[in-house]
Amino acid sequence: MATVAGTLARPANVGVWSWVTTVDHKRIGVLYGITAFSFLLWGGVQALLIRTQLAVPNGTVIDAERFNQLFTMHALTMIFLAVMPLGAAFFNFLTPLMIGARDVAFPRLNALSYWVYLGGGLLLTSSFFWDAPSAGWFNYTPLSNETYTADMGIDFYVVGLLILGTSSLMAALNFCVTIINMRAPGLTMMRLPVFVWMTLIISFLLVLALPPLTVGLIQLLFDRNWETNFFVAEQGGDPILWQHLFWVFGHPEVYILILPAMGIVSEVLPVFSRKPLFGYPAVVFAGVAIAFLGWAVWAHHMFTTGMGTVPRTVFAANTMVIAVPTGIKIFNWIGTLYGGSIRFNTAMLFSVAFIVTFTIGGISGVMHASPPVDSQHQDSYFVVAHIHYVLFGGAVMGIFSGIYYWFPKMTGRFLGEGLGKMHFWLMFIGLNMTFFPMHFLGLAGMPRRIYTYDQGLDWGFWNMFATIGSFVIGISIIVFVWNFFRSMQQPKTAPDNPWDAATLEWATSSPPPEHDFDVVPTVRARDPLWHDRDHNIERPEPTGEHIHMPPPSYYPILMASGVLLMGLGPLSHLALTALGAVVVVYSIWGWALEPTD
Amino acid sequence: MRATRLGLTFRRGRRLLPIVALVLLIGLFAGCGAPQSTTEIAGDYNDAVWGPYRMVLILAGVVFVVVLVLTLGFSIWFRERPGRVAQQIHGNTRLEVIWTLIPVAIVAMIAIPTFDALFKISDDPPADALKIEAIGHQWWFEFRYLDDNGETILTTANELHLPEGRAAAVALRTEDVIHSFWVPAIAGKVDMVPGHDNNITFTPTKARPEPYLGQCAELCGLSHANMRFRVFVHAPDDFDSWLEDQQQEAATPTGDLAAQGEEIFLQSACIGCHTVRGTSAQGVIGPDLTHVGSRTTIASGVLENNAANLERWIHNSVDVKPGSKMPPQGASAGGALTDDQIEAISAYLLSLR
Repeated sequence: MATVAGTLARPANVGVWSWVTTVDHKRIGVLYGITAFSFLLWGGVQALLIRTQLAVPNGTVIDAERFNQLFTMHALTMIFLAVMPLGAAFFNFLTPLMIGARDVAFPRLNALSYWVYLGGGLLLTSSFFWDAPSAGWFNYTPLSNETYTADMGIDFYVVGLLILGTSSLMAALNFCVTIINMRAPGLTMMRLPVFVWMTLIISFLLVLALPPLTVGLIQLLFDRNWETNFFVAEQGGDPILWQHLFWVFGHPEVYILILPAMGIVSEVLPVFSRKPLFGYPAVVFAGVAIAFLGWAVWAHHMFTTGMGTVPRTVFAANTMVIAVPTGIKIFNWIGTLYGGSIRFNTAMLFSVAFIVTFTIGGISGVMHASPPVDSQHQDSYFVVAHIHYVLFGGAVMGIFSGIYYWFPKMTGRFLGEGLGKMHFWLMFIGLNMTFFPMHFLGLAGMPRRIYTYDQGLDWGFWNMFATIGSFVIGISIIVFVWNFFRSMQQPKTAPDNPWDAATLEWATSSPPPEHDFDVVPTVRARDPLWHDRDHNIERPEPTGEHIHMPPPSYYPILMASGVLLMGLGPLSHLALTALGAVVVVYSIWGWALEPTD
Repeated sequence: MRATRLGLTFRRGRRLLPIVALVLLIGLFAGCGAPQSTTEIAGDYNDAVWGPYRMVLILAGVVFVVVLVLTLGFSIWFRERPGRVAQQIHGNTRLEVIWTLIPVAIVAMIAIPTFDALFKISDDPPADALKIEAIGHQWWFEFRYLDDNGETILTTANELHLPEGRAAAVALRTEDVIHSFWVPAIAGKVDMVPGHDNNITFTPTKARPEPYLGQCAELCGLSHANMRFRVFVHAPDDFDSWLEDQQQEAATPTGDLAAQGEEIFLQSACIGCHTVRGTSAQGVIGPDLTHVGSRTTIASGVLENNAANLERWIHNSVDVKPGSKMPPQGASAGGALTDDQIEAISAYLLSLR
């Protein structure tokens, strides 16, 4: 193991350091999962504080300043620190296993993505110790300009999102390359598991969506700190430019959040219905169509900004068209249930409930695709109901389905079914109690992002109802966490394929060895394990040849700390940015010259 | 075993269904009855909105029921039972074509009334429209009535008075950040954006003594929640006399306390920001107070307009409205006015009818 002078040797693969320096996609997936779930809990606490303040008219629990910070940080935490990385946890852990590979294309880059995400997440969250961002997650100028929000909150927002964007971009490129290049023999694109297809689609979405956001963030950073005027109307700039840049990213972002859940549901429904996914090609192409059309609808977030009639017509039509591929997916999932022999365990309950709750969010989306209707919905609680049915009823329900489904593969243990069902029913009831009444509040004229409202507006009853519902969700999460810790104390009894599932990750041990597969599997059909089962094809015996796996490395976490230092510069002293750049450059040098074994 | 337990749950669920349906109906009803409701139609704009809205609501309901019934029905019917073997169906092209075409048809049914309504609400204002400029400030609304040449004939704040049956062409401007102008019963919202000449045209259709409630709908900072306004719709004659009254200069206070209040008012910091036409108070930063006594609320719809609330507001407005740009005036809050002086000023302001 020859080390070039000045670079670091490969670390040993034991103890805590083995986690810090790991490049194993499964361990990185676990790190993503635990970190993102912790952020999910924190985002949930923020939500409960918001709901507590709004439970009664003229509430006095939280003041206006803290409230604005809480709803801003709730959105940022849930979107960027919880739901996106939970998707990343699944596709990190599962993608190589599902395509019959031994790791991702760039294992060290994968570790770097995680550590950069952790740094960005901690930086954004630490803003609560100084000034948390308070201009909403969409952070419209001029409210987010230095003139109207002088405190550092917006700078935390800008720097935090720039760092998190870097992380997502690296992960996305990694998974594009991995899925296209590293599939097992016989695994053609039209045999890919739907979850892997959705991972590929969101990877492309991320690669294309993050640049406009990055451009906007840097312009805003310069407007705030170095007196440029990209968004300052009085000096010839335009605040609407920010809205375009933000939503060109922001709308595809919605699909980035929901498509992994759609992928999970497309895996779970067939397995527990004991039959193949209904209309596989249609589900795949519908996913591609949603992602493609997703680029032509961003301005529906801006229908009330005074856009002309023609652009509103075009963006309305484009938005409505998305209902078509979405409808195809929903009916194909329902078609998957038809004629099955359905096993209702917790994973399946979450997936079946997903169909219904996601449909509610999908339908209300079509409602405000109509600009006249949107002129009443925009920035009202109706939209709060809509996004939560999509992101909670959709993304989060799908993610929990995935957790129950893949838990035996990830840990070798089963999550308790009794507690699991309790978790499901509490969460399902709580989510509908919390978010359905928000439709009524929107119709009754309640705007979003208000920290208080008057007695006489008749909004009190449903707000109280929603608050009670939110605490039911909170209890369901406690049940889940309890279930998790209880299950982790059980012996590892999970067999390779406990659910009689069809995809390759179930063709190795639970949990899988570091090298994933003793022998790289060969794929002969779309549902490979069912094909092999029905044709009595045995798994090949290991040949005992040496399997080369990428060794751990110090450089990902080192470089991530450099990136974090660079980000801290605009928040404190630019010297830190220079120092961070030095660390990054050193890391690139050492990374390039690192010995391969 | 598991399936049975779940079956029980579903059966219980079936009994719950009427209750859930009842709750939904009550909810919709509550949505309709609320004072700031979008479902009450008191303007041609909102009337146009409800064209596609009704269609969308009905179709949404139908699609939801179909999805719910199919999902629940298949879940119950096809659940695991002894002897049941799953049918290995991979798809069905005819069915899939059908359920591609159904959303296409639904979308078309929504699109047509949508575009019809969109062009209705985007029409240019008629020549005889009442011209108004609405200006958003952190955190209140300024309203200016303009003559045919675009000259301001009246400046007021937070309470907009309009005649029934005549189009109002409202130019939407902002003094600072983005705000949004929204009176749910009369019209949908349009934003006030720096550097953009936005406008909205609508015709109020129902005169009534109670105001229609409006509220800023775009996050505009600390007191976004406290940026409310009211729209009074009058019969045309009543509107004309209101406009005439409001154009008068401020009345000379009659009572002792009010007269004393005027004196203090004109010598205090108040006049730096507020105008009272007919006096030396000509500030333009805060709301015009010439006829503040005739308004039903103060602090942009947050407080009822009475002596106690005026005193509270003048004493320390930040206490009522976080971030308020009006500095505290009460001595105990760091200002220059004693409680007696504030009492006199509020009596003066109430006399400005």
